[in-house]
Amino acid sequence: MSGNMNLTLKIWRQKNTKTKGTLVDYKVKDISPDMSFLEMFDVLNEDLITKGDDPIAFDHDCREGICGMCSMHINGRPHGPKDAITTCQLHMRSFSDGDTIVVEPWRANAFPIIKDLTVDRGAFDRIIGAGGFISVNTGNAQDGNTLPIAKHDADAAFAAAACIGCGACVAACKNASAMLFVSAKVNQLAHLPQGQPERMKRVKAMVAQMDKEGFGACTNTGACSAECPKEISLVNIAAMNRDYLKANLISLED
Amino acid sequence: MAALTFILKSSIGNKIIMGLTGLFLIVFLMVHCFVNSMIFMNDGGVLFNEAAEFMGNNVLIRTMEIGLFAGLFIHIFQGLNLMIKNRKARTIGYSVQNGNVSSKWYSRSMGLLGTLLLVFLIIHLRHFWYVSRLTNEITGHSSTMFDEMKEVFANLWVVIVYVLGMISLSYHLMHGFQSSFQTMGWNHNKYTPAIKMIGFWFSVIVPLIFASMPIALHLGLIK
Ligand code: SF4
Ligand code: FES
Repeated sequence: MSGNMNLTLKIWRQKNTKTKGTLVDYKVKDISPDMSFLEMFDVLNEDLITKGDDPIAFDHDCREGICGMCSMHINGRPHGPKDAITTCQLHMRSFSDGDTIVVEPWRANAFPIIKDLTVDRGAFDRIIGAGGFISVNTGNAQDGNTLPIAKHDADAAFAAAACIGCGACVAACKNASAMLFVSAKVNQLAHLPQGQPERMKRVKAMVAQMDKEGFGACTNTGACSAECPKEISLVNIAAMNRDYLKANLISLED
Repeated sequence: MAALTFILKSSIGNKIIMGLTGLFLIVFLMVHCFVNSMIFMNDGGVLFNEAAEFMGNNVLIRTMEIGLFAGLFIHIFQGLNLMIKNRKARTIGYSVQNGNVSSKWYSRSMGLLGTLLLVFLIIHLRHFWYVSRLTNEITGHSSTMFDEMKEVFANLWVVIVYVLGMISLSYHLMHGFQSSFQTMGWNHNKYTPAIKMIGFWFSVIVPLIFASMPIALHLGLIK
């Protein structure tokens, strides 16, 4: 079909966490500009399987920008050349015939590579496990409107809750810092009444876990927010720092 | 005291130290710039020498000087410490990285700019602080601060080093000024745009005034 592209891909191949990886060249032919980036990978993998080669391991699930799995560092940017989208939302029309595209996994010591482009983002789960929840008794759900919540609080909580835990913030940061992710997860609860009882304990525990996982500190370069598919704002980091200071200096809680 | 260990142990605590000492050093820069600007009175350094004399002999100022050195030392030490820690968070880097799309080069180069400033600072302290505070007191040598400046800046290379130092300072402040507010948690639509604007002009104007001193003295524009 006319308008279809032939591309050269340089893809990071790595057998497992322990072995060393390297960039390997692949050619793909007749790629439709309407394909998503992941569909282009499907085509390549089909081809590799037919040839009896090992297909490239990459993470994906929803393919509609909500699960946060599709971690690919494309031509030097997390999720590729467009702003505010995930890799699965990236279309091949963003590239031109004859392009060379370099695809690497997220690079952070806290995200060990499992195979090829898949990394272990378990560190994020452990941060959530440390305090990113509210403790409630099970039973019938409360009526939604029994707790009045001011519009600006609801909006701020919702904006923070848009974080899909994709890890692009860590991937983009020169320090591989997880501050944007953690601050989003702290603030989605800090703005709501249900989040108040454990608010101080939560921020301390989540920050402690973040540090333990080996993420870097925040230099406020803003690369995280610029590369975040959900455009999580740096305001969240400032708000978390405020809460963190308060939790350590003023709060009565241990 | 145990309650304060978070400052040493956590990444946010470490950064708060950077922010606080950074803001403190910004205040010092304002004072330093104000006092030195007196050479522009073009009165043969009379007013400037008086101010320098006052700064050098006033007990309160000399006590604050200890605080200044402490602040500087902490800022430098903590900065280097964070730089090393942050490097450890990504030991295998990307083969292609398009960092300029998402952040400014100087925001990613605070460690480098800070190191250049440290080198400049050592040269600068050797030129003036060491001479005025230490050797003059020991030797009883009585050249004025203004004479000292004229002598030092007669050398073109020194002027070049000072100008380069001020360029590093400008970029270091360009990021550091607003960054310290963000770290302290002071980010709000109401005042953050103002902080950013003040930070920008401060980072341009103050180093420019400083840089114009060696240039003006070298060219003999101030006598
Ligand atoms: S803050 Fe943005 S970039 Fe980071 S994990 Fe959440 S959605 Fe992804
Ligand atoms: S596959 Fe779910 S966000 Fe891309």
